[in-house]
Amino acid sequence: MTEDAIIVKGLTKIFNKHLVAVDHVDFTVKKGEIFGFLGPNGAGKTTTINILITILRPTEGSAVVCDHDILKDATGVRDCIGVVPQEYTADEDLTGYENVILCADLYGVPRDESKKRADELVELVELTKFKDKQVATYSGGMRRRLELACGLINRPHVFFLDEPTLGLDVQTRAATWNYIKLLKKQFGMTIFMTTHYLEEADMLCDRVAIIDHGKIIVTGAPNDLKESLGGDIMTLSIQDGKEDVSDLIKKVPKVKEVKKQDGTYRIKVEDGEETAPTIIDAVRAEGHKVTRLSLTKPTLDEVYLEYTGRSIREEEESKEGFAAQRMAMRKARGGRAMGGHP
Amino acid sequence: MSRNNGNSRNPLHGLWALTNRDLKKWYKNPIILMLGIIQPIIWMSLLGKAMNLGGMFTNFSPTLPPSISLPLQEQIKAAMSDLSKQAMTQIFGTADYFSYMAVGMMSFVVMFTAMFSGMSMVFDRRLGFLNKVLSTPVARGSVLLAKIFSAVIRALVQATIVLGIAYVIGPLSVGPDFTVLNLLGVYAALFLISMGLSSIFILIAIRSTRQETQMAVVNLLNLPLMFASNALFPASLMPEWLQTITKINPVTYATDATRQLILYTIDMHQLAIDFLFLGAFAVISSTICILLSWRYLSK
Repeated sequence: MTEDAIIVKGLTKIFNKHLVAVDHVDFTVKKGEIFGFLGPNGAGKTTTINILITILRPTEGSAVVCDHDILKDATGVRDCIGVVPQEYTADEDLTGYENVILCADLYGVPRDESKKRADELVELVELTKFKDKQVATYSGGMRRRLELACGLINRPHVFFLDEPTLGLDVQTRAATWNYIKLLKKQFGMTIFMTTHYLEEADMLCDRVAIIDHGKIIVTGAPNDLKESLGGDIMTLSIQDGKEDVSDLIKKVPKVKEVKKQDGTYRIKVEDGEETAPTIIDAVRAEGHKVTRLSLTKPTLDEVYLEYTGRSIREEEESKEGFAAQRMAMRKARGGRAMGGHP
Repeated sequence: MSRNNGNSRNPLHGLWALTNRDLKKWYKNPIILMLGIIQPIIWMSLLGKAMNLGGMFTNFSPTLPPSISLPLQEQIKAAMSDLSKQAMTQIFGTADYFSYMAVGMMSFVVMFTAMFSGMSMVFDRRLGFLNKVLSTPVARGSVLLAKIFSAVIRALVQATIVLGIAYVIGPLSVGPDFTVLNLLGVYAALFLISMGLSSIFILIAIRSTRQETQMAVVNLLNLPLMFASNALFPASLMPEWLQTITKINPVTYATDATRQLILYTIDMHQLAIDFLFLGAFAVISSTICILLSWRYLSK
């Protein structure tokens, strides 16, 4: 057994001969880590996941999931993975419990064992009270939890979560995060998840890859990525801000960059908490009075901005043109996933 | 962490689970079940009873010239009634059109169930259920076989209900050779036709992502399959070109086999041809369906 749960090399997917959804992507996911695929809608996240869970064939490149090649040994891959798709896929006409048992049967788990596991998992996702109710009566959060239980029935080594909190309200989203953390703690499995919520990736993932237009732009631990930006962001205003104190601030150790915008100074500093008092002292020593001060740790928002040149939210909001491409991609993906060659 | 049970697994694992899922969706939904029963009742009572072909001459009172004496008039009427019975028996195989079409209705419901098995395939795809199943180690062939089997089981149950209703609305004039054992033959014929037809309709649905497309296909095919067969009307009275179509339409053979077993004096030669055709149809279309599943479902 190697140290890596997922090894991806040069993975490429082109739909309908011209729509490049995933473009020569390379990455590895270590055993036991939560790896996040971060990017706006249409970046190629779901296409990548669909290739890794063997329901879509790559145009080029290869991938190995828990030591099984996705092309040469698809059944081996399917055996060792659990999948929670973006959509709610549980059968609405069946009860929650029947759905979990159905999943167990699809993995060939023997009946006595599957009953035991189903009871445990339903308990884990706190659906025991509702397990004999039809899924049609479930709320969105309950359905998401049921999907988690279904995905775990074969005790997967690698668990794939495609946008696990999409469309959930704030409380349910936080609860889902807790389940994911709990799963990692309890089963020690590798989790591969996609998301376009930056705070989600920041909070859950050991490492993230930022993907945009089918290409991975940067990979790393959220903290490392944030630190790679050069430290914390401090903003400072002084009274009678006519005189420029930028040079003064730049002399303070650990200050990396100072920009003056409309009378406030935007300062990039290392170890913000320790450096901030030194900066204030330096400014005061020259007779200036500090009127406002704020210190923020950089978020993945800033990381995303730095590497892609735009904010993920701008991307989300400027949907014209982009939406058309996404639709085309969805369509192609749906058709190809099922269809095969045209 | 224990690994799941890849080694001891049956290659057809999941087949029954998927079949059972489709069946549960069906019998847990009383409206669909009711419609499945009501539809053949409407057909049988409207078409079967309204088109009282056998009554055409018995209820016919001709005005004969007064020169013919009254006893002779009675004789003529009796002869005409007798002639009409003979004509019915020769053309329809039974004097009673209701019985003729009621048995044809069994093929009809089997055909309809098969057509809608393709629809459930399209829905599974749209709802993402199919993708989830495909990410599990279930054999791709089992995914389609489950659809076929659930359609076959549904079809046989509905056909039984039709036969029961026909018996109640009745009278069903069963043939001289009829015994309860013949019903086994009836089920065998219906099993084969529904296996073949549902394979074809699932095959059509295998690539379709829109239920509208599937609906259009069903609408396009259901009339020709129904009327270019002997299900409602004997093929012998149809024009030559239409008869050729009825001869390749498997519904014709299923209907003939069930009529032979229930209504007619059995012609062993014709019955053997019916079963050979139906058997070949079922085997060929389900084989194609499963072979193509490897190509079109996986990856």
